[in-house]
Amino acid sequence: MQFHKYDVVIIGAGGAGMRAAIESGQRARTAVLTKLYPTRSHTGAAQGGMCAALANVEEDNWEWHTFDTIKGGDYLVDQDAAEIMAKEAIDAVLDLEKMGLPFNRTPEGKIDQRRFGGHTRNHGEAAVRRACYAADRTGHMILQTLYQNCVKHGIEFFNEFYVLDLCMTETADGPVCTGAVAYELATGEIHVFQAKSVVFATGGFGKVFKTTSNAHTLTGDGMGIVFRKGLPLEDMEFYQFHPTGLAGLGILLTEGARGEGAILRNGSGERFMERYAPTIKDLAPRDIVARSMALEVLEGRGAGPNKDYVLLDCTHLGAEVLETKLPDITEFARTYLAVDPVKEPVPVYPTAHYAMGGIPTNVHGEVLRDNDNIVPGLYAAGECACVSVHGANRLGTNSLLDINVFGRRAGIAAAEYALAHDHVELPENPAAQVEAQVALVLSEHGEERVADIRTELQATMDANASVYRTEDTLKTALHDVQALKERYQRITVQDKGKRFNTDLLEAVELGFLLELAEVLVVGALARKESRGGHAREDYPNRDDTNFMRHSMYYKQGDGLAADIRLDYKPVTFTRYQPMERKY
Amino acid sequence: MTATAEVSTGSRGNQPPVPDGAITVTLKVRRFNPEFDDEPRWDSFEIPALPSDRVLNLLHYVKWYLDGTLTFRRSCAHGICGSDAMRINGVNRLACKVLLKDLLAPKGKPTTITVEAIKGLPVHKDLLVDMEPFFEAFKAVKPYLITYGNEPTRERLQSAADRERFDDTTKCILCAACTTSCPVFWTEGSYFGPAAIVNAHRFIFDSRDEGAEERLDILNDVDGVWRCRTTFNCTDACPRGIQVTKAIQEVKRALLFKRV
Repeated sequence: MQFHKYDVVIIGAGGAGMRAAIESGQRARTAVLTKLYPTRSHTGAAQGGMCAALANVEEDNWEWHTFDTIKGGDYLVDQDAAEIMAKEAIDAVLDLEKMGLPFNRTPEGKIDQRRFGGHTRNHGEAAVRRACYAADRTGHMILQTLYQNCVKHGIEFFNEFYVLDLCMTETADGPVCTGAVAYELATGEIHVFQAKSVVFATGGFGKVFKTTSNAHTLTGDGMGIVFRKGLPLEDMEFYQFHPTGLAGLGILLTEGARGEGAILRNGSGERFMERYAPTIKDLAPRDIVARSMALEVLEGRGAGPNKDYVLLDCTHLGAEVLETKLPDITEFARTYLAVDPVKEPVPVYPTAHYAMGGIPTNVHGEVLRDNDNIVPGLYAAGECACVSVHGANRLGTNSLLDINVFGRRAGIAAAEYALAHDHVELPENPAAQVEAQVALVLSEHGEERVADIRTELQATMDANASVYRTEDTLKTALHDVQALKERYQRITVQDKGKRFNTDLLEAVELGFLLELAEVLVVGALARKESRGGHAREDYPNRDDTNFMRHSMYYKQGDGLAADIRLDYKPVTFTRYQPMERKY
Repeated sequence: MTATAEVSTGSRGNQPPVPDGAITVTLKVRRFNPEFDDEPRWDSFEIPALPSDRVLNLLHYVKWYLDGTLTFRRSCAHGICGSDAMRINGVNRLACKVLLKDLLAPKGKPTTITVEAIKGLPVHKDLLVDMEPFFEAFKAVKPYLITYGNEPTRERLQSAADRERFDDTTKCILCAACTTSCPVFWTEGSYFGPAAIVNAHRFIFDSRDEGAEERLDILNDVDGVWRCRTTFNCTDACPRGIQVTKAIQEVKRALLFKRV
């Protein structure tokens, strides 16, 4: 075992982690731990843009952005947090530009802006140009720019260090975060990092689904670690399905395509979004578009030989717009489906994309222990966190905004906390739990194969807990997930070595996926209403009387089979009263 | 020396159902785990796969169903994270961007695909190499915007033409396919390599940047741009379609004529 001591430890090196590191690293002694290399993080897969009311190309203001975010989230958004995000969005974009991000430009040389789903002028009048972008590689440019600036500031990275546990020490004032425990992939060695503050920025858990835009490595590790510590997770039933994944593959095609004028058509060529969202049509928020697409297919109006997808028609945009403003998605369609978007419409279907829920935090990134108390020294930001600025459905581009605004806030808060406090002693044997976990996975105790359990998990989640859900499908999913958890106790891995044991890594990741899938399904069963990304066929309406509240889940007891306790947290309202959501 | 003994690794348990339209291909992988092996060897695996499968799918098939010890990096699986650069049939490619249909032998003859680690960086295990020297070269060229004086309150202005000037080199995902395809890099590991020069180019030709001279000084070094022998391997290897050799030439020209 090796021991390290830092002021701040940041776990995860995607957008949120590196944005936090740039702040923290200039104020306090900071280490960034990532199970990948920083530039492999999935922030780099984001395409379309980052919204901020710069008003560079037309009238706009942050109050409209706040309203759109709250309405887009079906009023489950904490309104104080949404207001902070929309206000600070402007500086977040300007900061990135000053760090070197190569945004596309207007003829006057300012940052150019494009339309995006759910972002409107004057509370829903029409789509507004709010998304700042760099072709369809905005996430790539953000990830590279943040990494470049980490290099500039000499941020210390521990690459391919897989964090598996969080250190919490009991004090007279309650539990305090005191560090993290990591498994070094290169050597199999365990490292204990003592820290005054720890920031989780570990991203999402899209790999609970089969069809997903998420990377193989997005397995919800951070959320899982926090949950296993008895800390709550929030709003996990709200999972976003991005409308335009490449059919059958799930690879993302940006909403920016529709922002540039692309149109969704069903099997008979009809622009069906005119029926579902008469005002902003194809630029309705993602939950609405995804449901509309699923309905077209369910009702027999799909395209293709099996009528199981719809079409994204970009042909009228012309080769120049596609090659200059949407080059990557053009290439994805050509490479993976052998379809040329310049000449023919692209087969698309909703793909599991983003977790609105996660580790509950306040607007400073401080992690909540319950509805009223924080865990001193513990922070979270980005997709793994739930502030909640996305409510029941995130608007496109607001994730890139979230990581920059709240990554920055968490980095500053973590560093300031570290500067104002002394190290608290670690709990006894801080590495014991991780050592036992690794030893257990490597020991011979069964014949179950990790890939089989993962495949079955993803299949049942796709079939039973995706765009549309019912009591029956969710009960099936819950039954399946619990049976898979039982089988997981008997897994075996072939690689018993210490050197880059990715067989072991995948087994551990699957444990997190199973646990988070169960929380998602339990939450979806309990929420007997339809709101944002959570659509219950058996409860098709939003029920503000009973469900205008955040869900909070707590793990009861140890072990994978432990129960989940469900609690609720009120939504914060400031100036917007819930209304019917029409577009 | 490389051991050439063919080892057929047996399966573990039942295999997943073979999809309609699958063809059986042979995947030949260069294996090496210094923890247990004295020298590298080639393992062959018979795999049912669809023409639309990526080489990454075949590697996953091996890892998940045939031999869990096979080790490689991967993440996004669609060509933007840069984790899975490897030598596929002798050329550097991302395993997630090469489709089986483009590798099939003509006229239904049996297909064998060879996969090995990228060259010029120490192999840690199987297809996974030590990336530290690569990232050190990247960091050495000051790959970040350098400016002096007060920052503007709003964004710096940049014309669309000035933005276009360095667009190509902003696409780099640091996968190392270019650098590890370069014969100069294979023999002189101290050469910065194409990827580092691409990332220097991205800033040297950015109208907002004021650090061109510092970077050009670094690249004028004995391990800098003059090592390039213009073989175009890098351009051919780049999965992002960056005109790597052209970027290197532009940096050379900037050095020769002292002008960006």
